[in-house]
Amino acid sequence: MSTTATDFSDITRSEASLRRFLHGLPGVDQVGAEARAASLGTRSIKTTSKQFALDLAIRMVDLTTLEGQDTPGKVRALAAKAMRPDPADPTCPSVAAVCVYPDMVATVKEVLGDSGVKVAAVATAFPSGRAALDVKLADTRDAVEAGADEIDMVIDRGAFLAGRYRQVYDEIVAVREACGDAHLKVIFETGELQTYDNVRRASWLAMMAGAHFIKTSTGKVQPAATLPVTLVMLEAVRDFREQTGQMVGVKPAGGIRTSKDAIKYLVTVNEITGPDWLTPEWFRFGASSLLNELLMQRTKMKTGRYSGPDYFTLD
Amino acid sequence: MTEHTGFEYAPAPESRSIVDIKPSYGLFINGDFVDGHGKSFKTISPATEEVLAEVAEADADDIDAAVRAARRAYDRVWGRMPGKERAKYLYRIARIIQERGREIAVLESIDNGKPIKETRDVDVPISAAHFFYYAGWADKLEYSGYGTEPLGVAGQVIPWNFPLLMLAWKIAPALACGNTVVLKPAETTPLTALLFAEICQQADLPPGVVNIVTGAGATGQALVGHPDVDKVAFTGSTEVGKAIARAVAGTDKKVTLELGGKAANVVFDDAPLDQAVEGIVNGIFFNQGHVCCAGSRLLVQESIADELLARLKRRMSTLRLGDPLDKNTDIGAINSAEQLAKIKELSAIGEAEGAGRWSPPCELPAHGFWFPPTVFTGVSQAHRIAREEIFGPVLSVLTFRTPSEAIEKANNTPFGLSAGVWTEKGSRILKMANALRAGVVWANTFNKFDPTSPFGGYQESGYGREGGRQGLAAYLKGGQR
Repeated sequence: MSTTATDFSDITRSEASLRRFLHGLPGVDQVGAEARAASLGTRSIKTTSKQFALDLAIRMVDLTTLEGQDTPGKVRALAAKAMRPDPADPTCPSVAAVCVYPDMVATVKEVLGDSGVKVAAVATAFPSGRAALDVKLADTRDAVEAGADEIDMVIDRGAFLAGRYRQVYDEIVAVREACGDAHLKVIFETGELQTYDNVRRASWLAMMAGAHFIKTSTGKVQPAATLPVTLVMLEAVRDFREQTGQMVGVKPAGGIRTSKDAIKYLVTVNEITGPDWLTPEWFRFGASSLLNELLMQRTKMKTGRYSGPDYFTLD
Repeated sequence: MTEHTGFEYAPAPESRSIVDIKPSYGLFINGDFVDGHGKSFKTISPATEEVLAEVAEADADDIDAAVRAARRAYDRVWGRMPGKERAKYLYRIARIIQERGREIAVLESIDNGKPIKETRDVDVPISAAHFFYYAGWADKLEYSGYGTEPLGVAGQVIPWNFPLLMLAWKIAPALACGNTVVLKPAETTPLTALLFAEICQQADLPPGVVNIVTGAGATGQALVGHPDVDKVAFTGSTEVGKAIARAVAGTDKKVTLELGGKAANVVFDDAPLDQAVEGIVNGIFFNQGHVCCAGSRLLVQESIADELLARLKRRMSTLRLGDPLDKNTDIGAINSAEQLAKIKELSAIGEAEGAGRWSPPCELPAHGFWFPPTVFTGVSQAHRIAREEIFGPVLSVLTFRTPSEAIEKANNTPFGLSAGVWTEKGSRILKMANALRAGVVWANTFNKFDPTSPFGGYQESGYGREGGRQGLAAYLKGGQR
């Protein structure tokens, strides 16, 4: 499915037209959006549906390490875990991708080979995005050349908050071009955009610029992903498909640590966009500690017993 | 596991084992359960038609005994007890409601048919909150503006749509002000009121302060007409409300009535659309539409009507109808065969009058009383479904072009209990709130209840306010005009 099929040039041709469009989107009532998310969070997911949800959540994880202290040894171990999250159980699915800084892409790629697990790299002067465009593009190309299947870029929040939407749009378009065949995820850092109106505007901006995925957060700013923010983004991709026929994926990242939380997100996907998005192709979790929690719950569902964290690998 | 497999929610029923339903119940008079002298009747589960219990019917003699017990308790104990002592009992009752919350929620869902997520998250917590709130007033009545003198014995008759919550709305302010009560729950939903009688015993409430008499219309008439009742409080249909008003006319009895409604939910073209859709759904499908303040008339600005309706229908398709005890159920059972017949009749009339009827594909259980969430489009002011209270999950959609037309249509009803306004424009909210003739106007939300906020109607929606400081007026001498 191509993401450039619909022509938005009437909207994006000038700063003024782009602003008119984004500010003409229906507003988001904060209290109402948060109440809706809270109510979806009360769904009770048990037995077979819980098993389904846990396996699906594992398959949607972008297993992530984005630390200054990352070493080849650390990311190799993480990549090994991504392919076989539960060495004790061969029926346990692999995660969707391993997410690292660009300099670690080649190392990860070497381990993952043709396992089907993707390599995602954060780029564009992650996490702040405070660099010149050519530096961001070089960062992106580096990662793609090293073998990244997916690029997680950050938008320039300063430009967005100053109302320079065209600049944000142009940067996304340029990065998308630099991605070549790699898929582009666009990170908003919703903790810095603050309002749900901004989240909705950023979503449309990124979708029109050709994002394959829209992503909440870098994980470096609090709050990171929240259920209501993700709900607003899911409404945006749902409405975008309604209007253009094109699907865009959604990735909440940061702060999702428990199986219970992950299941709330899946329920929200199910009831806001419908089941078409309930696949790793269109929904991901950016997480690190979540995976072991999912594995522990999965083992509990299978055996009826809780085992300790010592039975799951720390990578 | 294959891609694109639907995410089916496995059954998640709340356990029934927490409730202990007795085979039969007596009347709660003077602190004890006693046999009634009328013919007993059965209460059933509207979701399955299973008989739950036999319940005593109070006849005129039983009502007399209950009123005498209430009078004695008023004269000897409750009326003269200092407010801060009364408060202790009310706080205790509030805490017991919280402690036994799960039991009450399950029992209410079984007897009423409403989903457990509503009894658990709305009925029970707000009931407890009412007792907490009015407990706080009990020793501060001198600051109420209505004096500190109670009225005496209150005869209270409540409906079946929020059995425990309506009981709390009635009993909490009455007791806080120093009145004693005889309360009659609806004949289809007596069980939580009888559980509340147990809670009164558990709280060591002095005998006679609260009396619960079960029965149908005749029992209610006997209570309302009893000469020693000082105050009548009724929530229910406009028809019965009018009969009560006639019955007490010319007597010294004080009356408050909270009756029907046909609320307009007004959506402007600059509304937050996704939240407006939630508000519409919550406004009419909450509690199967068995809500006197339900947003049963959607007034939508014509320029966004098609888009809003498309979103509404998509949202309605995700509503889950079924077992009230399943934690994922959004729409439960219609409370009685009688009510179901009324909803069906008015819906058939809507169709016959030419409105477009739509419901999402929705399988109804084979037993019990069920009605799918339904929307009528192309409705005009002249249609009966735009004028009469259906009291079911049925929404009538009308359009308007300008704010003045919206106000005109919204106010063009003999009712006036509640209204909703959806717009991102603050000044318009204030203008609409002033112009709409309704006791409650919600802005960018709907069906929000809080004990601190007065609730009540205009015109045929009744008179008097419940909740807040204003709710004290109905139970204090200084609050009477």
